[in-house]
Formats: sequence, C-alpha cells, structure tokens
Amino acid sequence: MRTFFLHSPFDEASLYELNIGDRVFLSGKVLTARDAAHMRFAAEITDGRSRPELVGATIYYCGPCPGTTGSPILSAGPTTSGRMDPYTAMLLGYGVRAVIGKGPRSREVYQALRENRAVYLVATGGAGALLAESILSSRVLAYPDLGPEAVLELVVRDMPLIVGTDLHGGVIYNSL
Amino acid sequence: MRLISSEEVIGAVSRELVLINTRVPEDLSKALKELQDASSDAGRLIMDDIMKNAEIAASRGVPMCQDTGMVIFFANIGTEVSLAEPLPVILDRAVAETYVREGYRPSVVVDPINRINSGNNTPAIVHIEQMAGENMIIDIMVKGFGSENMSRLQMMKPADGYERVADFVVDTVARGGGNPCPPIIVGVGVGGTFEQAPLLAKRALLRPLGSRNTDEVWAEREAALLKAINMLNIGPGGLGGGPTALAVHIIAAPTHIAGLPVAVNISCHASRHGRVSW
Repeated sequence: MRTFFLHSPFDEASLYELNIGDRVFLSGKVLTARDAAHMRFAAEITDGRSRPELVGATIYYCGPCPGTTGSPILSAGPTTSGRMDPYTAMLLGYGVRAVIGKGPRSREVYQALRENRAVYLVATGGAGALLAESILSSRVLAYPDLGPEAVLELVVRDMPLIVGTDLHGGVIYNSL
Repeated sequence: MRLISSEEVIGAVSRELVLINTRVPEDLSKALKELQDASSDAGRLIMDDIMKNAEIAASRGVPMCQDTGMVIFFANIGTEVSLAEPLPVILDRAVAETYVREGYRPSVVVDPINRINSGNNTPAIVHIEQMAGENMIIDIMVKGFGSENMSRLQMMKPADGYERVADFVVDTVARGGGNPCPPIIVGVGVGGTFEQAPLLAKRALLRPLGSRNTDEVWAEREAALLKAINMLNIGPGGLGGGPTALAVHIIAAPTHIAGLPVAVNISCHASRHGRVSW
C-alpha cells in the first residue's frame, strides 16, 4: 500500500502508478453527480447534445449537506456507486476519467473502466464531515433545479481516497 | 391531564436532531474503536477515516454524514397527556424547522416516481403507541438510505424454522456487501405480520450497543449470527481487512399459525438515534 498525491484532471501516466488499496490524496476539480444528474447526462448524450465539462472529468457520487446560504458545505461523503452503474459505461465512453464513490460495481462497469483507462476511487462512506474539510470551493455547474442533486464543481485539496480499481485489472471489492 | 405544548416538543426534538446528526454516542464510539483496533490494510484506512470524521463532526458541529436521512419517530404517549395538535403535525414542523435552519440536506421526494424534493426533509415517518400515565417518550432515528436500500423482508413458512431465518439474515448482509457503509448494525424482526416484522427490525436498531438480549436463547442466536456475518470478510467499507458488523439485534414477536415473517433492517456505522421524554 502506497500513498499518492494526485491532481484532477489526471494525466494518464499518473494513473498507471496506482494499485488497488493505495491511498490517494486528491486535489483539483471534481464534479458531483448522483442519480438525477446521471439520468439527465445520459439523456442529453443520447440526444446528441454536447457536455464538454465531462471530458477528462472526475465525477464524485455525492449530494452534499449544503449548509445555510453563504456557509461552506457541511458534509460531503460518497453515495452508493452501484446506483450509477447503468450510466457509467456511457459516461466513461464520453471521456470521464475517474469516478469516486463507495461500494462494489457491476461487471460491465469494471470492464468499461479498463477499456477507457479510467479508475474508480473509493471514499469512506459516512465520513462526510472529514471529506467536506477537503473542499476549498464549490459552485453550481448544471441542473440547479435539482437542489441537493445539482451538479457542483468542487475544488478540493488532499481529499482522502482509496484506489478501488486500477489500470492493471485490479478490483478491491470481493466478488459476491 | 398534562398539557405538553407544541413549542416544547419542537424545541426538544430539534435539539436532539442536531445532537444525533453531529455526535457519535458513547456506545457506538466504543464499538467503533474496538473494530478499528481489529482492522488492517484498506479496512484500517476506512476505520481511521470514520474515527477522524467523528472528531471533526463533533468539534465543528456538522453532520457526520451528508445523508441526513429520513427522520423516523417512535412515540409512546401517556393516556393522561394532552397535545394541542396531532403529534405528526408537530414532528413534521420540528423536522422542517431544524433541517432548513441548520442547512441539512433535504433528502425527501414527495412522489416516488416524479421525485420532486419537498425541500425541508418532510414528511417524517411517525409511529405512535399509547401507554398509561402522563409521560411521553419519543425515540428519534435519522436513517440514511445507503443501508436502508440493503434491507429485506421475507414471508417464510413455519417449516423453514430458525435455520432458514439465520441463513436469510446472513444472506442479506452478504448481498449488501460494501454498499451499506460497513461496519453495520443488523436489526432483525422475527414474527408479527407483513408490516410488523420490519418495524421490529427497525426498533431493534435502537437498542444500545453492547447490551444483551434479555432472552437467553435469542441472545445466543445474536452472538452466533454476528460471528457468521463477520466470517463473510466484507470488512470496513467493503474493503476487507476487518469485521463487517458491530452487532446483531433481534426482536421476536407472536405471529400467525401459518407464518414466519422475517425482516432485516441494516444500519450503517453512522447509527443516529436518540430519545426525548417528558
């Protein structure tokens, strides 16, 4: 188990260094998206609309605890990744480079991650207060009408993660 | 009659909601510490994050988990207690005021299909029972859905017996895998009817960690189930390297001659519940 300090968006060489179980402290830009936002992204891509912000992006499956107006985000842990499985291969094909969440994925997702040379990083479920401390700023990037499910662009520093899948075929979750 | 004003209820419930969202209680903290010591590798990293998270949530007064849940109330009202409004109305107001004031995530959609958010985390789920006297007890639970989604109900046959019940509990945890934010607490309801078994399973999650089932037979079954679950090697966060569950709590109840309902309600490690009473 090694420790890496990585920057998002990623360069491919840095991703090849990673092995499952490694600790990653991630800095840079991360987009939040959960169930409702995934449905909309998928519908727009199917309709042939352009979503350039997804190319090379890191998506964090998260709907933060917003705090009151003007306050920083209070709590921002991962939601269950498996619910995003139906949309993940499409988004990876579109150019998403890394996804962050918690829990095992489908076989199709693991395959799509390998084919697109993308990684799945695991955040500690239920550690929302800890993960929120790494958020430097946030702004609504898309779908403000979704409220707590809107897409936010977060700028993070040293967000604590664990490598869930690597580019050498490794998957950290035991297959059931 | 003893009059308890709506404001009094709202004030006490609101304070408790903030407390349970931001503080890990002593019984849970102790159980998590023991599990942290028993973990290694990636599982240990997860446990370290969980312990650090508890400190940060408490010191900054922020929710330990961004899923500030659906709020569930188990109220027991004395026959001599008088309220100015129906209790569900009062409790919804307490939830709405607290979640908006504190900036907690509104996580409730009004219609399960069109999924428009109610904006203030209401309605809450309210279960009411009555007792003699002039006291009122309200147990409050804040339940995240990562673990709620991994819960199951099965209407078994009497011939299935306890062995199949035990298999169902372990299988439910195995299917949940790393999804419900392990280390988990497993609530089990055995008996009752189609709707009562899950309620018993949920109530079982309210029992303090480290407490022993008052029925010796069920206490031994709980211990055996915990052992079986911790052999699944799911581990903290589902990454292996340590135990999967902190406890198994079972509540059994009378049932029909033709039935054996079994429900399993999973709680994540952020088991948030408390009690207010008058």
